[in-house]
Amino acid sequence: MLAFLLRRIVATLPVLVIVALIVFLMTRLAPGDPAAAILGDNATAENVAKVRANLGLADSLPVQFGRWSWQVMQGNLGESFFMRIPVRELIAQRIEATMSLAALTLVFTLIVAVPLGVIAAWRHGGWLDRSLMGFSSLGFSIPVFVIGYVLIWLFALKLQWLPVQGYDRMSAGLWPWLSHLLLPALALSVIYIALIARVTRAAVAEAMTEDYIRTARAKGISEKQVLVRHALANAAVPIVTVIGIGIALLIGGVVVTESVFAIPGLGSLTVDAVLSRDFPLIQGITLFFSVIYVLVNLLVDISYLVFDPRIRY
Amino acid sequence: MLKKTLVAALLGSALALTSAGAFAQDASKALRIVPQSDLKILDPIWTTAFVTRDYGYAVYDTLFGVDVKGRVHPQMVGDYKSSEDGKTWTFTLRDGLAFHDGKPVTSADVIPSVKRWGQRDALGQRMMAALDSFTAKDDKTFVMVFKTPFPMVLEALSKPSSNPPFIMPKATAETPADQQIKETIGSGPFIFKADEYRPGERIVFLKNTKYVPRKEPADGTAGGKVVNVDRMEWVVQNDPQTAANALQNGEVDMLEFLPPEQYAALKADPKITLDTQIPSGSFALHLNRLVPPFNNVKIAQAAFMAINQEALMRAGMNNKELYNTNTSIYPTGSLYQGGKTAYFTGKPQFEKAKALLKEAGYKGEPIVLMNPATFPVLNKYPSVMAALLRQAGFTVDLQSMDWPTLVTRRSQKTPADQGGWNAFITGWSYADNFNPMYFAPMTGNGDKGWFGWTTDDKLEQLKGEFMAASTDADRKRLAEAIQERVYEAAVFAPIGEYKPLTAWRKGVVTGLVKSPVQVFWGLKKN
Repeated sequence: MLAFLLRRIVATLPVLVIVALIVFLMTRLAPGDPAAAILGDNATAENVAKVRANLGLADSLPVQFGRWSWQVMQGNLGESFFMRIPVRELIAQRIEATMSLAALTLVFTLIVAVPLGVIAAWRHGGWLDRSLMGFSSLGFSIPVFVIGYVLIWLFALKLQWLPVQGYDRMSAGLWPWLSHLLLPALALSVIYIALIARVTRAAVAEAMTEDYIRTARAKGISEKQVLVRHALANAAVPIVTVIGIGIALLIGGVVVTESVFAIPGLGSLTVDAVLSRDFPLIQGITLFFSVIYVLVNLLVDISYLVFDPRIRY
Repeated sequence: MLKKTLVAALLGSALALTSAGAFAQDASKALRIVPQSDLKILDPIWTTAFVTRDYGYAVYDTLFGVDVKGRVHPQMVGDYKSSEDGKTWTFTLRDGLAFHDGKPVTSADVIPSVKRWGQRDALGQRMMAALDSFTAKDDKTFVMVFKTPFPMVLEALSKPSSNPPFIMPKATAETPADQQIKETIGSGPFIFKADEYRPGERIVFLKNTKYVPRKEPADGTAGGKVVNVDRMEWVVQNDPQTAANALQNGEVDMLEFLPPEQYAALKADPKITLDTQIPSGSFALHLNRLVPPFNNVKIAQAAFMAINQEALMRAGMNNKELYNTNTSIYPTGSLYQGGKTAYFTGKPQFEKAKALLKEAGYKGEPIVLMNPATFPVLNKYPSVMAALLRQAGFTVDLQSMDWPTLVTRRSQKTPADQGGWNAFITGWSYADNFNPMYFAPMTGNGDKGWFGWTTDDKLEQLKGEFMAASTDADRKRLAEAIQERVYEAAVFAPIGEYKPLTAWRKGVVTGLVKSPVQVFWGLKKN
């Protein structure tokens, strides 16, 4: 197990180097000049050139890449061109909101999606299964911003139960924190519930056709135990894999939800960085996301050991 | 058991939700404003971004200010005088000026601040070039001696929009002009809370309780900058619908700039007031006069003849109440608005344009019109402009891109088929163009000028005469001559004016100060 972990961690390094190189080249080769974006409409070409030089953008690409790589090796992701704040600090400012939203969405998803998937598999082909899968298709089809605006209209504007927008940190108290996250997490969980319910249904339905299910039933075990202890446990590996992918997507890819609910998370930080051509910020966030993706995948792989004792590394 | 748990959970949730109550009341401790955009840069001399300029007015002070009409008034300066020959200007700072760290504002702070600004701003560069010496007579008095009379000195020192000459502490002002400052200490009416600065989320200011406002009533960036709230928070919102919802729900008190698409909904809400704090701004069509086909002035004039201000502004602003047409290059209501506009009418003259194109020998070369597709304020106009240009006989290649790509590409001086461009539309605020010397695109000095690089000696000569004019009548006459020349030389043309509406909670927010730029003193939260 330890050897496996070490192997995986060592294998991560070339992945990160390749990601760093690709992101660096993409930022430099894409059109758009950060100096021009910084200075605004009234700027003269002369001032733009001075600021470019000052930001180090007039140096050759190998020099720029070497400088940034050296910083990263020292644990420094650089400084935002615009805000002159360390990238590490900007990520730290945003990570709580993103992690909180991802965690709450995941809780909603697991509470709803797994039981729905199991029930659908249990009543495979019946009206309950078809109804649940119909709702699942609906969940896939409605854009998250539509769900978001409907929830805002109902729970914030009409009932005034919850705030429209913003985020309060956990340090502000449990309810302020939770109240700002309930609507975005609900909106965001719809698509994940649809996805994971479908995967759970398919995996459990397949497990239900296995010989060990027939054996369990023959032994007189209750249907609930058959479903949970035998079918679901054996279907766990694909479900966990999809949940893992979902976690990775939730951390980096909830830009629309963050925008609709004005949540200052990593997704909006990424989009802002790209739109303003804040190269150090784009590079730093992408590298950070890469590490997160690698870690989540590692955890998913390790979880296989728990769910399927036959797997050995 | 399951049923009991479920009932308990539901009751608990309901109780929690009820006790949470309306969120409007909870947010009443500070004045909460949605700014026009996120504040990413904290150096109002380094960038020309409007949101940073507005931040600058909150945190820093200026030697002179302008009222809503653009007239100059002393602000940090108490007394000033000019020598008879107009070459020597002596200024004395008024009493009570102090930076947020308690240190007094002195001439030693003023001089490097003005010099740093003078390296960045176009008008500042002209003023610094005309200066012979700039010295401190004592802690409160400083003297500017010019090589030749420079009647625009007050207009320069009161320049309201990017970049205004904000006064910073000496150590900060000595930062090289091409580097961003690191300190946020000013002597303005608000104190920036650096420890609560969260770009993309929230920007916090506190009342500067030691600020001594002038006695005159506030008017624009001049007069008494009286702060009536202890704390002001800028709540950053990227989504206009969410910003409008937050205002209606009482989570924020004011939207600095109301997006046109939210106008109808908020106008119908009796709890919301809509009004203008700053006068109308404008949008303009800018052409690349350096490369074909617009290096031919007749072809450039033909493009301006295609402009239909009414159609363009209707497309961009949706509602008649949010825009107006104006053929003057100066904003409606400003000192120099009016005068002759040569051939330009703001209404389409397709037949005239076609005749001019034929006369100029235009052979259908494609015009690359850049469309900033990700910029909602600007992305409605280019498609309408493309249709108008086509009706006038042009072949148009409408190219969509994001705004950073556009601002990079517009600096390219190569022909359009080699990565360059031919035309784009952008917006200007009232404070940018009510004075011809403030307006960045009004250049005739070729590739040393603003993007588009028109070469026109007569325009430069008229600007020089305007700079040297010392009477209002002369300036008015020259401003009108400059306008006519702008059209004759086809430097740029306005496509119309927008009304920048501010929205706030009725009865909750009062005291909005009319100004050429957004200012936050005077506001009260009831």
